[in-house]
Amino acid sequence: MFQVRIHGRGGQGVVTAAEMLSIAAFEEGRHAQAFPSFGSERTGAPVVAFCRLADKEIRLREPIMEPDALIIQDPTLLYQVDVFAGLKPDGYILINTSKTFAELGLSDFVASHLPERLCTVSATELALRHVGRPVPNVPLLGGFAAVSGIIRLESVIKAIRVKFSGKVADGNIAAATEAYKIVRNMMESAHA
Amino acid sequence: MLKQIEGSRAVAEAVALCRPEVICAYPISPQTHIVEALGEMVKDGALQDCEYLNVESEFAAMSVAIGASAAGARSYTATASQGLLFMAEAVFNAAGLGLPIVMTVANRAIGAPINIWNDHSDSLSMRDCGWLQLFAENNQEALDLHILAFRLAEELSLPIMVCMDGFILTHAYERVDMPTQAQVDAYLPPYEPRQVLDPAEPVSIGAMVGPEAFMEVRYLAHAKQMEALKLIPQYAAEFRKVFGRDSGGLLHTYRTEDADTVIVAMGSVLGTIKDTVDELRAAGQRIGVLGITCFRPFPIAAVAAALKQCKRFVVLEKSLAVGLGGILAVNVRMAVTGMGLKGYTVIAGLGGRAITQKSLHALFLKAATDELDLVTFLDLDWRVVNRQIEREKAHRRTGPVAEALLRDVGVVGVRNY
Repeated sequence: MFQVRIHGRGGQGVVTAAEMLSIAAFEEGRHAQAFPSFGSERTGAPVVAFCRLADKEIRLREPIMEPDALIIQDPTLLYQVDVFAGLKPDGYILINTSKTFAELGLSDFVASHLPERLCTVSATELALRHVGRPVPNVPLLGGFAAVSGIIRLESVIKAIRVKFSGKVADGNIAAATEAYKIVRNMMESAHA
Repeated sequence: MLKQIEGSRAVAEAVALCRPEVICAYPISPQTHIVEALGEMVKDGALQDCEYLNVESEFAAMSVAIGASAAGARSYTATASQGLLFMAEAVFNAAGLGLPIVMTVANRAIGAPINIWNDHSDSLSMRDCGWLQLFAENNQEALDLHILAFRLAEELSLPIMVCMDGFILTHAYERVDMPTQAQVDAYLPPYEPRQVLDPAEPVSIGAMVGPEAFMEVRYLAHAKQMEALKLIPQYAAEFRKVFGRDSGGLLHTYRTEDADTVIVAMGSVLGTIKDTVDELRAAGQRIGVLGITCFRPFPIAAVAAALKQCKRFVVLEKSLAVGLGGILAVNVRMAVTGMGLKGYTVIAGLGGRAITQKSLHALFLKAATDELDLVTFLDLDWRVVNRQIEREKAHRRTGPVAEALLRDVGVVGVRNY
């Protein structure tokens, strides 16, 4: 089982991101369970959503306390919420930011993590450019597909088509695809 | 057809396949997505021959369901928590009048203090109202139970609550196998009321009954509900024939063969319990699970049979009988009267407190060596509890408890996650 925890703020599509990740996994014939943290969500308030992926039925119903991967949709949460709580030592971290981990002040924290599993991408910028709204959730899924290899970009695109239609779907597909390419390039140049 | 959808959506689609004729809706979390989805289906024509009514309260919702059902329409509504309490008088009336309404209860805690999260306090507070109560373990079972519920309700002429854990199931995306209209039509015949308001053959429904016959009417309600204990296994078998999977039934056992310890529970927590039991089985523990699907009528004989081989049982429930302990536990104890078993009650997950595999693992190990108290509150923060008790000893005017505890735990409207 692979467990993903997504942190963001109300209005950034955190819950939708977890749902779409589960749809993408379903499109690959796998079992997936996505659920929100069930808070009194308000725009701007910290929000968490979860997604489990597995090759058999998922029965576990507890929140994800020891994630294999973290997607952080809003870097300002780093200073407000213990987003890294329980992350496995070999876990993936994807942050929506134009900064590096060092610029975010995370050098010491990530020193003990596998560098090829850490990644940042400016998902809000990509969303603004392709969709016209600062909703970073979908491009981050493209980036997540690239950094983790857990899910294919084509499956993310299928999930986008399930959730959205028309221009919004097209824009999100373009944003997710560009995020995927950016992250692939970053990883290739880092390990070339 | 396999789909990856939200639990609420799955239930709404299943209800639509049952061809309801009247749906009355009043929104309350965590049930709202279900009636919203049904509203859309009626509006866009996907669900035809159905009257969708937005009502002004839960009391109105149940009152409309009563009127519609008495007029011979297949009627559906959904609610949760305070909504169920607000409709309580009409809920009792629907059962007393013998009207086969099906209602989803998206289980949620009851205030005060106000809490929108999941536990079983709401439907269990209505345990004696005369409705049947079926509890779903996952979203597949939640949607299946609705199909079964319409058939059972209409055969018995009694209303049924299908209970699914609020948020944990209603808001979870997971895989479900959505039946076809043809399958549902093959399983669920058109509604043929046992009593109906018909101008051609006028009757009145809801007469006043005095001491001369009230007891008899009530006895017949009890006897009628008990008939479900025979019908439910039969309908579950037929369900398997039409839909090709096991759903419904009175209860389900898991790895209880040769189990010394059996954990008894209802709803979605059964999944986490089963994962924990697999861990413990791998470590050599003789432990199993008894999941209760049908809480009303309570399957006394089936529960006794399921627990016959064990040495002890632990009832883990998301409800609290204040001043007593468990609610489900009392029912289970009645079933095993005279069997000489050790029984423990564990109150867990109230108001959305996460029930974790780690806590269950430790709890079940303690149970296996009989180190549990008769009533345990799982993962209770004793530090917070004791601080309040000390405060109340020291001062008379200590103020509201809920607010004091929120200050103690440092919560100002948000949690870490």
